[in-house]
Amino acid sequence: MKNKIYRNMAIPGVVALFAVIVPAALIKANVINAYTAQIITLGGINAIMALSVNIICGITGQLSLGQAGFEAIGAYAVILLTQNCGIPLPVSIILAALVAAFFGFVIGFPTLKLEGDYLAIVTLAFGEIIRVVLVNLKAITGGPNGKQFPTMLSTDFVWGSTCSYLTIVGALVVIIILLQNFVRSTYGRAILAVREDEIAANANGIGVFRYKMTGFVIASFVAGIAGALYAPFIGFIKPDLASFNNSINDLIFVVLGGMGSVTGSVLAAFVLTYLQEFLRFLQHYRLLFYPVILILVMLFRPQGLLGMKELSFVKAWDGIPGLVRRIAAAVRKRGGTAAERRQADE
Amino acid sequence: MSSEKKLLLQVSDLSIVFGGLRAVSDFSMELYQGELVGLIGPNGAGKTTVFNMLSGVYTPTGGEIAFWDRQGRVHVANKKSPAQLNQIGIARTFQNIRLFGNLTVADNVRIAMHAQRKVTPLDVLFRTPRFRRNELMMTLRVQTLLSLFKMKHKEHERAKNLPYGEQRKLEIARALASQPSLLLLDEPAAGMNPQETKELMEQIAFIRREFGVTILLIEHDMKLVMGICERLFVLDYGRVIAQGTPAEVVSNPQVVKAYLGEEATGI
Repeated sequence: MKNKIYRNMAIPGVVALFAVIVPAALIKANVINAYTAQIITLGGINAIMALSVNIICGITGQLSLGQAGFEAIGAYAVILLTQNCGIPLPVSIILAALVAAFFGFVIGFPTLKLEGDYLAIVTLAFGEIIRVVLVNLKAITGGPNGKQFPTMLSTDFVWGSTCSYLTIVGALVVIIILLQNFVRSTYGRAILAVREDEIAANANGIGVFRYKMTGFVIASFVAGIAGALYAPFIGFIKPDLASFNNSINDLIFVVLGGMGSVTGSVLAAFVLTYLQEFLRFLQHYRLLFYPVILILVMLFRPQGLLGMKELSFVKAWDGIPGLVRRIAAAVRKRGGTAAERRQADE
Repeated sequence: MSSEKKLLLQVSDLSIVFGGLRAVSDFSMELYQGELVGLIGPNGAGKTTVFNMLSGVYTPTGGEIAFWDRQGRVHVANKKSPAQLNQIGIARTFQNIRLFGNLTVADNVRIAMHAQRKVTPLDVLFRTPRFRRNELMMTLRVQTLLSLFKMKHKEHERAKNLPYGEQRKLEIARALASQPSLLLLDEPAAGMNPQETKELMEQIAFIRREFGVTILLIEHDMKLVMGICERLFVLDYGRVIAQGTPAEVVSNPQVVKAYLGEEATGI
């Protein structure tokens, strides 16, 4: 029993540590060039956004079309907190995420009590409101021209790319671990119950509104973190960050990776972020190919790459001995037949 | 009987109006601790509507529901949400099965124990020993409950993949997990074959003995109702037309009329 607990922690822990340290070392050693490093790191930000969308759409079962709005709040909040209030960056990242979570609470309060697609419409409008406010609040946000944010992450070219990779993918790993802990607990099950059947959840002692709200606030918090990491990484943000397009982009990661699957949506975020850059050689045909790929995936795998399942490193580890045996058996068989053939030849 | 037993639920003059339709009017009933009572009536008589009011899904437009919890405190139950009612000890199953289909059998039962949790969100995020103890406690109780229904070997299966009869049993197991003092079963034997129904009857009787729970059930299967219920309430057009022991009820001319219609006269 104890042994199993340690194993269940150790195997994913080692995988996570490798996922953080190995690419970081390669970036530092210039094996991965600065351009690729930037794409991978951006993939990390997108993966955090995908997690945010997954929490509200996949796990809580409420369609939100405005997660980019919370990301923008996080991004602008981190700039204001560091530049105008002089709060150190790590603290202001957390504070910015809390600001986004607060907005989530305010938006969720009137809308989560309603059934159906009201939340989708309200969050859609919310994202646009945020964008318009950011454009017009020139004194604070710099208006449509956006805001510069020179920090160590974006200005230091020697350590910058390694440092941003470490921070962002490190944050992603921490969020995944805490999220998995939360989902696989009595609270997470309560939220899943709300997704599965509100009436049955309510009849079994689960306050539906309370847990929808919990899911929504956590999703806003995570989106806020993504924004708060994005600003110092890119060094420049525009109100477009809150646009509907951006929200849909994040939703695509989750739909493609599998609604409700944490590993699926993270994987899809990295793959699709890289794909968007990779397709650049097609020039403007890229805008044609990307949707075609999305349509094909949806046609052949409508539940997303992983569906509701999770990739399990523990199960993969357990599968290794079996796999080795099977390969060995196959090799022996082929060797055997070769020997027989030789005998037959003689 | 009523003199020695403690009152558990007292419903007086309960009514509900949907638009212009009076679905249930002046419904009154008393349940005593440990009883097994049936609620019968033709289709559309308002049985499920009564259940929905007792479990908080509908708010009655008139009347009052009083409920005594395990500590002996009395609650006015007609203003509470289903979740609050579940926490004071009223659990129910649904006529059209409502399981958490994509979750495992064990998780379905575990969800109903949420109110009994002994953890805080911080325990959960950082997997403290308290979290592990709580999960272990829940797992053990889930396994006991599932083995009562001979479903322990299926705990890791998804609920939606279970055969129909087992889905019904899982709903009962889930309802019991919240440690109710009143269990409302809405057509527990619907869609079961005679063999399964017989098993279910035995299980319901066993549950009552084992958990000391009071059971109110809606059922169409007269054999089941007659076999295990001590008292019956007969509902027709939203009104109670008869009540008493099964033997009294079946010989009541009004009940016969409601079920079979009147003898044709003047032909």
